[in-house]
Amino acid sequence: MKDEPFYEPLEEVEPGHTFLDSTELTLNMGPQHPSTHGVLRVVLKLDGEKVNGLECIIGYLHRGIEKIAENRTWVQFGPFVDRFDYTAAVSNSLGYCLAVEKLLQVEVPKRGQYLRVILTELCRLASHQLWLGTHVLDIGAVTPLFYAFRDRETILNIFEGYCGARLTNHAFRIGGCRWDAYEGFSQEVTKVCNDLMPKIDEYADLITGNRIWKQRTKGVGRISGEDCIAYAITGPVLRGSGVRWDVRKAQPYCSYGDFEFDIPIGAAGDTFDRYLVRLEEMRQSIRIIRQALEGLPEGPVIARVPKVIKPPAGEAYCAIEAPKGELGYFVVSDGTAQPYRVRVRPPSFINLQALEKMAKGGLVADVVAIIGTLDIVLGEVDR
Amino acid sequence: MIQSFLSYLHSNVTPGEAGSLPWVVIYVLLVFLGISVGVIFMNWFERKVMAHMQVRLGPMRVGPMGLLQPVADAIKLLLKEDLAPTGADKLVFWFAPIWVVMTAFCSFIVVPFGRTHAITDMNIGVLFMLGVSSLGVLGVIMAGWASNSAYPLLGSLRSGAQMVSYEIAMGMSVISAIMMTSMATGTGTLSMIGIVQAQLQQHRWFVFSFFPLGLIAMGVFSIAMVAETNRAPFDLPEAESELVAGFMTEYSGFRWSLFFLAEYTAMFGVSSIATTLWLGGWLRPFPNLLAGPNWELAFSLVPGLSVIVLGALCLFRYTRMPRIREMRPEAVGLAVFGAMLGLLGLVQLLPGVRERVQDIFWFTLKVFFFMYLYVWYRTTFPRYRFDQLMKIGWKVLLPISIGVVIATALIAVRQELFALVWR
Repeated sequence: MKDEPFYEPLEEVEPGHTFLDSTELTLNMGPQHPSTHGVLRVVLKLDGEKVNGLECIIGYLHRGIEKIAENRTWVQFGPFVDRFDYTAAVSNSLGYCLAVEKLLQVEVPKRGQYLRVILTELCRLASHQLWLGTHVLDIGAVTPLFYAFRDRETILNIFEGYCGARLTNHAFRIGGCRWDAYEGFSQEVTKVCNDLMPKIDEYADLITGNRIWKQRTKGVGRISGEDCIAYAITGPVLRGSGVRWDVRKAQPYCSYGDFEFDIPIGAAGDTFDRYLVRLEEMRQSIRIIRQALEGLPEGPVIARVPKVIKPPAGEAYCAIEAPKGELGYFVVSDGTAQPYRVRVRPPSFINLQALEKMAKGGLVADVVAIIGTLDIVLGEVDR
Repeated sequence: MIQSFLSYLHSNVTPGEAGSLPWVVIYVLLVFLGISVGVIFMNWFERKVMAHMQVRLGPMRVGPMGLLQPVADAIKLLLKEDLAPTGADKLVFWFAPIWVVMTAFCSFIVVPFGRTHAITDMNIGVLFMLGVSSLGVLGVIMAGWASNSAYPLLGSLRSGAQMVSYEIAMGMSVISAIMMTSMATGTGTLSMIGIVQAQLQQHRWFVFSFFPLGLIAMGVFSIAMVAETNRAPFDLPEAESELVAGFMTEYSGFRWSLFFLAEYTAMFGVSSIATTLWLGGWLRPFPNLLAGPNWELAFSLVPGLSVIVLGALCLFRYTRMPRIREMRPEAVGLAVFGAMLGLLGLVQLLPGVRERVQDIFWFTLKVFFFMYLYVWYRTTFPRYRFDQLMKIGWKVLLPISIGVVIATALIAVRQELFALVWR
């Protein structure tokens, strides 16, 4: 029913009348706030510490990337998708390439597919490490952040060795990978995997058993599996609520069917379960990487695609399991070298919808914990 | 006049008791200076310890091993623009940091750094300290209210509720320690010096008295004092990830640094109470067990020797520093600092000086044990939520401390009790 935002704009407050006179406090959290993970603005209606209602205001990082796509060629748009979820740029790249390849009906060579899987899973590890560090920092523990970032660095080094960039690494091209694995790639990845397995246990040692951590996360931001489905929530948030849904298993792409891995699920659907799910996902990612490295076939890494990519007129939707959830690309081609339309289904944007439901009735501190557990990236929310 | 000035040196009481005004002034200045240097050192120490716990180096650039970083920060803060929000209540906004600093420093009037090293001795010393240090919350509330901003207001309200709740548990555990003072002599005391002397007479620190009651009381106090000074994991009033900087959000520059100073001074203050009440204040370890002139001499040499060891460490680091031109000033600075520490240590070894210094040394060492705990907590624990904080204060700490008080009282009068029962 509400067209107008429920909060009062500052200008309309009569002179001499301050917020102290009202019983309900309107707290404007963000867009500059240490723990809204970028430029999310949340307008909270507080009764003391209790959250009576909240509204998310987004768009502070809107760059119109989807529109930019219409003025670029299919190839030129490649680097732009890295700027959606800049903490998991490789996944974005994979989704876009897969969608365009579906339009082109190009089959990526097996080696290219395996290489993609290795890099994407490494990227999932890096993204989850960033999530872990910042989420725990939001709840007040400073130390795990540094441990997570120290280990994330080793993964970024692999990306740097592979394509020269660390964060927005335009890793994949339409048709496969631009580069083959560099010399010593598999040794380095194996070493990172071997080192990381005990490090994940170390994170768990630091955090999982901590009484304060349990008190702060158990029962906080609870959401049921039905609600998750109704909100179209995907990714670890959905799995934390006990729904066994992972695009990698449900609609295998990029030879994910070749690998053995489990889908961890939670039971209570609270912040603690989502934390456990993500930790287990990191272990599963390492499992996938090890299998992919073992079975890495010889051969080319990129299919034969024309220099100028002109997909036949038509449309394609391709979804992948990004670290934050189901990342879908809907691409429409009118037969020219430029996309007619590129539409992204960003997991962060859709998961963020649940913030109001999860945070209402909680305390201010819970809002911060829930924003952290949703694992949003504003680059992806606003695009 | 000079005669009366010098005659104080031969008296064996605090300047306040001796009624010597010039010495009171000197002691006030010394305490003020000492606390300020302590805060500066604590700033560096906390960042270094945190850094090493967090697999990083911490400040390394300004001065050798970042020793001059706090100085650089202080200069930065002084040069920063001093802003006040448009709708702020200017007077209260201006007064709040001053009030906080004032109360934090006031409580040091009765802190005994040694038998003679206190500004004065009051017969209500502990009450005075608790009272004055709890007045600091007024400044926090003033700051939050005067800022005319939502985050500071929430922060100061949290702070008010938190400090009031934890003071009760704090007070209860203090009561149990005060009851212990009356054990050997039969006359209890609230004077800070008297409490330490009672521990000397009873031949044990109160933390070991009525085992484990003293230990529990100290545990309750040392948890409550973390909440009282708004430090992690109870740092809700300034919870960075929730309230930006809590009641300090709108403060900048010098006023902000006053809050910073007050926070660390308050930490020193409550640590001093804990040290005095349970860890024997200025008493050296085993004053009765390892008695005798030889032991006396050995223990009185410890302060000087440890300072000399520190200086030697600095000199050792100097020899290990890379011999490049850019590092030269730092290396020389470190060597000079080490040499100065060594000289200071030598001075402290002189007879006459060493007896006076060693009380302060042991007291400071014990206080820094608590200060180190503060840093340790901060790197280890996530932050409590407000309702959980209240729950701990009222439902856990308060019952425990009341239980300790009752148990201490029952044990204290056990002979009379037995007599009553058997009659």
